[in-house]
Formats: sequence, structure tokens, C-alpha cells
Amino acid sequence: MTLRATVEELVREFRANGRIVIVGASLAGLRAAETLRAEGFTGSLTIIGDEPYEPYDRPPLSKQVLKGWVPADHTKLPRMREVDADWRLGVAATGLDRDTKQVRLADGEQVPYDRLLIATGTRARQWPNPSEAALYGVHTIRSRDDAAQLQKALAESPSRVLVIGAGFIGSEVASVCRELDIPVTVVERGSAPLVGALGGVIGEIAAQMQREHGVDLRCGLGVSSLEGDSGGHVRRAHLSDGTTVDADVVVASLGSIRNVEWLEGSGLAAGFWGVGCDAGGRAFDINGVVTDSIYVAGDVARAPHVLYEYQFLAMEHWDNAVLGAEVAAHNMVNLEPNYRPHLLLPGFWSGQFGVNIKSVGVPPFGDEIVFTQGSVEERRFAAAYGHGGRIVAAVTFDHGKWLEYYGKLIEQSGPFPPPPPGWDQPPDMKPVPAEFPDPRVPTAIPDVVLTGHAPSERTAEFRPRRH
Amino acid sequence: MRIVVDLNRCQGYAQCVYLAHEVFRLHGQEALTYEPNPDDERRLQVERAAAACPVQAIMIDRVEGADRGATS
Ligand SMILES: Cc1cc2nc3c(=O)[nH]c(=O)nc-3n(C[C@H](O)[C@H](O)[C@H](O)COP(=O)(O)OP(=O)(O)OC[C@H]3O[C@@H](n4cnc5c(N)ncnc54)[C@H](O)[C@@H]3O)c2cc1C
Ligand code: SF4
Repeated sequence: MTLRATVEELVREFRANGRIVIVGASLAGLRAAETLRAEGFTGSLTIIGDEPYEPYDRPPLSKQVLKGWVPADHTKLPRMREVDADWRLGVAATGLDRDTKQVRLADGEQVPYDRLLIATGTRARQWPNPSEAALYGVHTIRSRDDAAQLQKALAESPSRVLVIGAGFIGSEVASVCRELDIPVTVVERGSAPLVGALGGVIGEIAAQMQREHGVDLRCGLGVSSLEGDSGGHVRRAHLSDGTTVDADVVVASLGSIRNVEWLEGSGLAAGFWGVGCDAGGRAFDINGVVTDSIYVAGDVARAPHVLYEYQFLAMEHWDNAVLGAEVAAHNMVNLEPNYRPHLLLPGFWSGQFGVNIKSVGVPPFGDEIVFTQGSVEERRFAAAYGHGGRIVAAVTFDHGKWLEYYGKLIEQSGPFPPPPPGWDQPPDMKPVPAEFPDPRVPTAIPDVVLTGHAPSERTAEFRPRRH
Repeated sequence: MRIVVDLNRCQGYAQCVYLAHEVFRLHGQEALTYEPNPDDERRLQVERAAAACPVQAIMIDRVEGADRGATS
């Protein structure tokens, strides 16, 4: 048999009888499992998830669930095909041994794999002071249990809700509070809401929108401490300017932490920004060498993107989890040259204060912004972000159907300012600085991160050259 | 039944809202929200809504219930 025929035979055998383990039983994990079966993988499939629930969708949690319209357990994801997997739910993976190719579980069991997909996503950053975080009435929101608890607290008509951090999730929570007619204070360390994701120019519009809807918005401030009553219920927050806010529900929306701790000691390139992988989802080890059997997808992945100067992007977006999982799963059961790249043009949506905010591309990659359509006063507009004379992202407020147009331009590295699609142009189309905060300032945490490289992170093993 | 709407793709045309207003709602001018796990008796309505969506953003489960070993 020729070598090529032998390799092809091996792949056939792997597809028929191989063992694939997926760690993380959420959006990326489920979509990967379905794709593996769609690609003809008939071997054994094990899906490990630390939550006790089958895969559910998270975006509704901060929107229709908090509002009380949809119960938190009504967000189960649809199944697009039979995955015939061995589900290990309610048990965490605690370690990875790449020599023996085994995943260690919290209950002591070892699960062997031929190929592994890491899809452990992120978790909510908790309020940093543990005793204050433990006060009754202090919430974060990532899981369906979190959402159920917070929804219940909102339904009890609290006297005031304090939201700490005005990223997308914090802003959505504030919006729901106003819809429920609950007084809400939002404290944001950055200069405006959404500033990390969309920059200061759009942030200022988001700030006006919040204030128009009755949000007590305080920017450029931090919460220094939370104070509880004798019953252990949160009652008051002390802010960095010496003022206080009385609130009986506090929502800490401080961004997220990647679930990589279980990979410690595995020798994979796993760290603060997630697990490094190539554009095909194959994980890198700490030396920057790509592995053959370990793949990454979803919020925990960090991969180079051709459109953004090959910078490593970490994207906490729904479509990134879906597409990244499909690409990784395809590549797990195929051979070169049939590998596929994860060439997603990132997209995001957020409904808040009755406005549909959508973006395409990577806004923080831009340094300038120009309003191209509509009217800021009417909260219906499109704006484009530019970098080095080309368009790199766009954002719309209630102008979603134009995003596709901008998306095409971004894919083609079109010019900035872009030619507007010839409709409803604002009178002033002058680019201005987009006003993104310095990425080193740990205030507003954007959900697409240009992780670049960190020379201070000397986790690689350097060896002197032998002559 | 279970559905998910790809809201990156959705353009807020609201056809689904007209066809199944218990399941799909507009929040403001164009932000769609929906009940991801509607009652089974809404299936026909939801299927019609999915078929009418001009950008095919509504995905409906093709497999009944959960798999072996998966509980809710
Ligand atoms: C409230 C909220 C609102 C959102 N709104 C939007 C939105 O409007 N638009 C948008 O594009 N995106 C939104 N997102 C982001 C979107 O939900 C995520 O991008 C998506 O969930 C990522 O899927 P994932 O499978 O990669 O990770 P996750 O959904 O985080 O899943 C990872 C899973 O792995 C499990 N896990 C972690 N560690 C282990 C371990 N050691 N062993 C076993 N299991 C483990 C976790 O418990 C979790 O179940 C929102 C997220 C939240 C929380
Ligand atoms: S019909 Fe489709 S595009 Fe229109 S609102 Fe419904 S899901 Fe969105």
C-alpha cells in the first residue's frame, strides 16, 4: 500500500471507530457534535459538561428571560440532528494528560480520546471582594440558574438595582430594569457605556440613550465596596467619589474569565485570553507548535485572523461559537488539503432600550469612525470604523439591514471612509477619532479582544541554540 | 419544541411576528425577541414563520427531545 493510501485508510478507520471527546456542553460543544455526525463520524463521542443541563442558549438570559417573559429553563437549544453521544453532565473536567491522551474528571474518572475539542467557554467575573460578593442580592449573569435568580429578584420590585459595569450585558440588564419600571443606577469605570466594544463616540450616544430612559448613569467612577445589613442582604454601595448608592439588588457585569484552569500543566498555549489555536481550530502548545489531536472552539478560543493583520482574536460572540465549532469539527475528521479556515467576519447584536444595536467586523481595530447613514438624534444610523485608510468594522442602531453592505466592504478591504449605499446620508460625513480606551486600562472589557502577543508572558520554553 | 433565531442574520422584517405573535415579538423598531422553547401546539405556526423569514434566520429542532444520558 502506498503511504497516501495508508493515511487515507487511517482516516477512514478513525471516522468509523475513533474516539472523540468534547469538553464543554454548550453552544460550541453541541454544534461541533452535530457537525461531526454530519461529516460521517460514527465512532464514539463523549460530551463532558460541568453544568447539569443539556445545552441551552445564553443570549436570551439577559433579555427576554430577565424581563420575565421566557422562563430560564426555556432556552434549550434546538437539535439539528441526532448526535448519539455519551453525555457526562454535571461533572467538570479537571485535567488533561496529553501523553496518555486522557481527560481527567472531577469524579476521578479518566476519559480516553483520539481527538479532543476544548469548548469550555468563559464564566462571569465575580465581584472581587468574596465576602461582599456573598451578600444576598449580589448577582452575576452567565448561566440559566444565574438568570433565574436575578429574574426572581427583579420580579420582587426592588427599590433600586445597581449595575456595575456597562458593557453589553450590564446595559441590557439596565434596559430590562427600566422596562420593568425599576429604578436603576449604572456605574461604569470607563467614560461611557459600551466604550470598550464600540468606542467613545458611540458610547456617548449609548449614554444619552440610557439617561433618556431614566437610568442614573455614572461614568468614570468605580464601586469601592458593598455594604450589607445584619441579615447579610446587600443595601448600599460606596463609590470611588465618596458618594453612596442605596440598592437591594446589585448586578456585577464585569466581563468574563476564560475557563482554562483545567488545562494547567497540559503544555497547551492556554492563558488569560484563552487557548491559542490556528485558524483551523488546532490548538497550539506553549511553544507555538500546532497539535494534531486537540482543537478549540467558541469563547475560549483565540485564533489569528487574516483580515486583522493575523492578530489573535478572542471573540465572545454567538456566531463565533457556531462557526468555530463547525470548522473545528470538520477539520477533526478530515485531512489536508480539505481543512477549512475559520474566516468569520465577526458579528454581534444587542437589544437595549428598544434599539437594535448590531455590529460587523472588529470595531476596536479601528481608530476612526464616520457616520454614513441615518440620524444620531433619531437613534437610527450606521457608522463605519476605519484603520489605515480601510474599513474594518461597522455599527448600526436600528439600521441592521445595511450591515451586509458594510460587511462586504470589510471583506474586500474596502476604503475608509466607505462609499455609503446612496441612501439617507447624514449632512456631516467627516471621520473623527473613534475614542477607544487604551487596551492596557483594565476598565471596559470588550468582547472582541485583539490579544496580540504579550512579550512579558514568558511561558514558552526557550532553549539556547546548539552549535 | 425548540427554536433559535440567528439574530446576526435577522433583519427585523417581522414576518415571523405576524405569523406567530405569541412566539416572536419586536422590541422597539427592529430588535427581535422570541420564546426559544414554545409549546408544541405552536409548531405549525412556527414552521410557517420560519418558512416566511426572508433571510432564513429561524432554526427549528429536527430531532425530538434530548439524547441518551442528557437530562434537562
Ligand atoms: C447573558 C448573556 C448574553 C449574551 N448575549 C449575546 C448576544 O446578544 N449576542 C452574541 O453574539 N453573544 C451573546 N452572548 C455570548 C454567547 O452566549 C457566547 O458567545 C456563547 O455562549 C459561547 O458558547 P461556548 O459554547 O463557546 O461557551 P459557553 O456557552 O460559555 O459554554 C461553555 C460550557 O463549558 C462548561 N465548562 C467550563 N469549564 C468546564 C470544565 N472544566 N469541564 C466541563 N465543562 C466545563 C461551562 O459550564 C459551559 O456550560 C451572551 C452571553 C451571555 C452570558
Ligand atoms: S422574519 Fe426573519 S428576518 Fe424577519 S424578524 Fe423574523 S427572524 Fe427576523
